[in-house]
Amino acid sequence: MLGDPCSARQFDAEQWSALVNIARRTNLLGVLAERLNSAGVSAGPLANRHFEGARQLSERQHRSVLWEVHQLDAALGHLQIPILLLKGAAYVISGHVVGKGRLFGDIDILVPRASLGDVESRLMLAGWVSATTSAYDQRYYRKWMHELPPMTHLRRGTVLDVHHTILPLTARNAPDPKQIIDRSSYLPNFSMMRIPSPEDLVIHSITHLVHEGEMHNGLRDLNDIDCMLRRFSLVPGFWDRFVGCAVGNDLAGPVCFGLSLARRFFGTPIPSAVLTQLSSTGRGQQTTRWLEAVYVRAIEAAGEDHRSITMDLAKWLVYVRSHWLRMPWTLMIQHLSIKAWVRWRASVGSARES
Amino acid sequence: MIDTVLHIAPFNVRVRSPIAAVIRHLEFFYEGYRRGEPGSFIDFDVQVLQGKGLRRWWRPQVRFLLDGMESFYPLPAAQSAPLFEWGLNWCVANRPLGYLVMHAGLLARAGQALMMPGFPGAGKSTLCAALCLMQDWQLLSDELAILDPGSGLMQPHPRPISLKNASVDVVTAFPQARLGPLYHDTRKGSISHAACPASSVAAAGTVARVRWIVLPRFVAGAVPHCEKISRAETFSLISEQSFNKERMGEVGFDALCGMLSGADCYQIVFGSTADGLKLIGDITGS
Repeated sequence: MLGDPCSARQFDAEQWSALVNIARRTNLLGVLAERLNSAGVSAGPLANRHFEGARQLSERQHRSVLWEVHQLDAALGHLQIPILLLKGAAYVISGHVVGKGRLFGDIDILVPRASLGDVESRLMLAGWVSATTSAYDQRYYRKWMHELPPMTHLRRGTVLDVHHTILPLTARNAPDPKQIIDRSSYLPNFSMMRIPSPEDLVIHSITHLVHEGEMHNGLRDLNDIDCMLRRFSLVPGFWDRFVGCAVGNDLAGPVCFGLSLARRFFGTPIPSAVLTQLSSTGRGQQTTRWLEAVYVRAIEAAGEDHRSITMDLAKWLVYVRSHWLRMPWTLMIQHLSIKAWVRWRASVGSARES
Repeated sequence: MIDTVLHIAPFNVRVRSPIAAVIRHLEFFYEGYRRGEPGSFIDFDVQVLQGKGLRRWWRPQVRFLLDGMESFYPLPAAQSAPLFEWGLNWCVANRPLGYLVMHAGLLARAGQALMMPGFPGAGKSTLCAALCLMQDWQLLSDELAILDPGSGLMQPHPRPISLKNASVDVVTAFPQARLGPLYHDTRKGSISHAACPASSVAAAGTVARVRWIVLPRFVAGAVPHCEKISRAETFSLISEQSFNKERMGEVGFDALCGMLSGADCYQIVFGSTADGLKLIGDITGS
């Protein structure tokens, strides 16, 4: 439907209902609204209300992202360090078509690890506070993760994720954030804000997707990937640079897997030489057929009303795999047990109170 | 088990529930509402279900699901019918639908609407009930005023009137009132619902333009008082009572300005329902 909006022309009310429902569950309602709009497909007054609502919301979110980025630039500009916008914020600020109609919850930035302390204290002065209160979570983030605990702005309530690299420090792959920073480019109208190179934008989006523990935004992320690849690959030499960056940053395995998922869901045109090159150098993660089937099931589950055992199993496998990729198994068992214990304590506590 | 599509203007709501209290509530309050034909467009797909696991039997709970997702905490099973109403309010206020939704009572006569923004304890619901049950006002909504930015017109959203604490007794005394069960110990105290007049349900396709905005304030024993207030002041007061103006950005701002530009705004203080009706009558020229 995203690739061929015109196929919705003959839809009846029931089909529009189902489409709006699935698009909302997969967080693609705004994107779909834009696609239908530019294809000149009218959804009829009832469904259109939902598309119009999503379009207004995404317009409003984009405006507030722009405002937040200006605030970040003002808060961190004095540090004279590169500040990279990642994912949604990068798409919107760079004006890339992938941002059109996109809805998202938080802003992600990447800064050099050495500046993390300065960045955090500057952000706190500007009204951002750490949203995680649990001491265990604070420790866990700071010791093992690739980002600070999420920060929330006191007045505006917006959520900010400050990354110093793109994967947890304990992950099996060890990408070098310095490479991404070196390849990034400055944004006009800002003092220190930058966005990653087109290659790194896609690579990060893919890496994020295949390391993620929950797939409820899986289809949206694959759509981002498909949309960027179709656009960027028009520039001569893109695929060579792309493979170079993925291999050079120890991400050939996950990128190869993500590309095959994009091709599966969106028919993304990817030269087979690219997949061959990536899979021959990919280390540690061979994209087996069953793993792909698990992800396909978990991604599809996000759009489904009724749950099945295979979907639940697929979701669980993706969750466990994400932890397995993120950390050595001894640490994973320790972490998941502590999390389960805390959850159990909380559920017993709330049952006693009520 | 009930599985039906109700046309609660301007929305189609699919309701599924196995809970007897919810089924009774729907039969009592929504009997005269149009049913959606098979294959109609669904705005909200709602389920009211029993608690999970042990919570089915042990201190039973009730859950509200929109599109299969549970968006807020369960409530004690005895509150399943109020949970349906609160849940549906939440759907209307939170789902981006291109409408500006405000917390206000809304009534109309001959296409001219009277809007009463809701501040807790202001006596808005009682006045709403009195105006539609004892006079010839069409009830558009007692809580959710829905503005379509495209046309600048208010959309009727007739639902049972939600009454709290003392206003339950006041409205019970109205001869035309038809009240459902009383629910004790909810997070809003004791609550009950009064049925929306059949004529207002039948007129749910008739939209209206806001002509008067009245901020009511009930003060026991007060001398009736009416004061005209500026549109600018009213703008800021209504902004506070809007659920989604921020999220609608420029469209929401413009819609609210447009609505206010055609309205006269008043603040009234009254000590009894009769005084309140008299003041509203003076303002609206009836």
